[in-house]
Amino acid sequence: MAITVRIPTPLRTLTQGKDEVEAAGKTVREIIDDLERHYPGLKDRLCDEKGVRRFVNIYQNEEDIRFLESLDTKVKDGDSISIVPAIAGGR
Amino acid sequence: MARPLRMSSVVDAVGQTPLVRLRNVAKTAPGVKVYLKLEYMNPGGSVKDRPALQMMKDAIADGRLTRDKVLIDATSGNTGVAYSIFGAALGYRIALVMPANVSQARKNITRAFGTELIFSDPMEGSDGAIRMCRKLVAENPDKYFYSDQYRNPSNPRAHYLGTAVEILEQVGDELTHFVTGLGTSGTCMGVTRRLHEHSRKIICVAAQPEEALHGLEGLKHMASSLIPEIYDETLPDEHMPIRTEDGWDMADRLAQEEGLHVGHSTGANVFAAVKIAERIKTGCVVTIACDRGDRYFAPMRWEKHYEW
Repeated sequence: MAITVRIPTPLRTLTQGKDEVEAAGKTVREIIDDLERHYPGLKDRLCDEKGVRRFVNIYQNEEDIRFLESLDTKVKDGDSISIVPAIAGGR
Repeated sequence: MARPLRMSSVVDAVGQTPLVRLRNVAKTAPGVKVYLKLEYMNPGGSVKDRPALQMMKDAIADGRLTRDKVLIDATSGNTGVAYSIFGAALGYRIALVMPANVSQARKNITRAFGTELIFSDPMEGSDGAIRMCRKLVAENPDKYFYSDQYRNPSNPRAHYLGTAVEILEQVGDELTHFVTGLGTSGTCMGVTRRLHEHSRKIICVAAQPEEALHGLEGLKHMASSLIPEIYDETLPDEHMPIRTEDGWDMADRLAQEEGLHVGHSTGANVFAAVKIAERIKTGCVVTIACDRGDRYFAPMRWEKHYEW
């Protein structure tokens, strides 16, 4: 299954500058593992041993996966996953 | 010089902020005095009152900012709050470009002063806001005065003339180290320049997020950002990377152990200050409390029902 993943600017160095990439998987966890295979280093930016890092927000379509089933949130063909920083740098 | 208790305008309330000794979070370095300068005591609630006011005063003085123009800048919050306050107090119109994902509180605070808000793509972060602001100014050069906190020398000048001088007055000749995080780099550049003029060497350290994707609002990971033109990488004596989690945890500790409820960038500053203190064993370290934690309270959509 091909899922579209939107990549925020600070992580595009890992995706060869691409703002959107395709990934395969049945859950957000599988999607992130698939991203890591193609773009090594990405997983550590998003997750620690406890799950999604506190300042990282991952959306399935319009919903934050924290309010769904977190990394176990199921994804289906055509879904869009967005990685959104909690904040913006600079003041 | 103490802050006067009676003043003719809110603009006179900027500066002369208190310096507080941190005893509990720095107890791992008992031979070092660690002080936090409470910039959130400024009327706009943040360190940004200083550069915002300096940029406005200097631009009014030389005619770049007039009543016919709208002051515009890219800011995710505190600078925008400061412009908004002084714009209202001094009678100048303000427009701010900010990423759509800044907290609702920031949007509401600035709107309260009559400021116009323009939103940029949340995926593009603060650099997206800068690019959008430049575009608007290029399209409407006569309408706007582009204050440009990332390029405006009045930004570091505010800290050269104010913050640094106050620190020297407040700790006297005890000061051995100063550390602060990099956002526009105005605080770091201005304070460092002044402290380096001191007769005795004072080590100035610049902290920044360790990773490009981080949660230290207000700070910039320089390697992956548009580099502010006022930033001189060679000026600080040392650079220190900070993990988001360390900054966040220190912000929590400051509230619980010191009674200082601060934002995450302050947590990062104090984490860096304590790390320096642990290393040097004796001395005196000063850092900056950029703003209060309550500026980040209002839940963003994804924070609702969520406990950190």
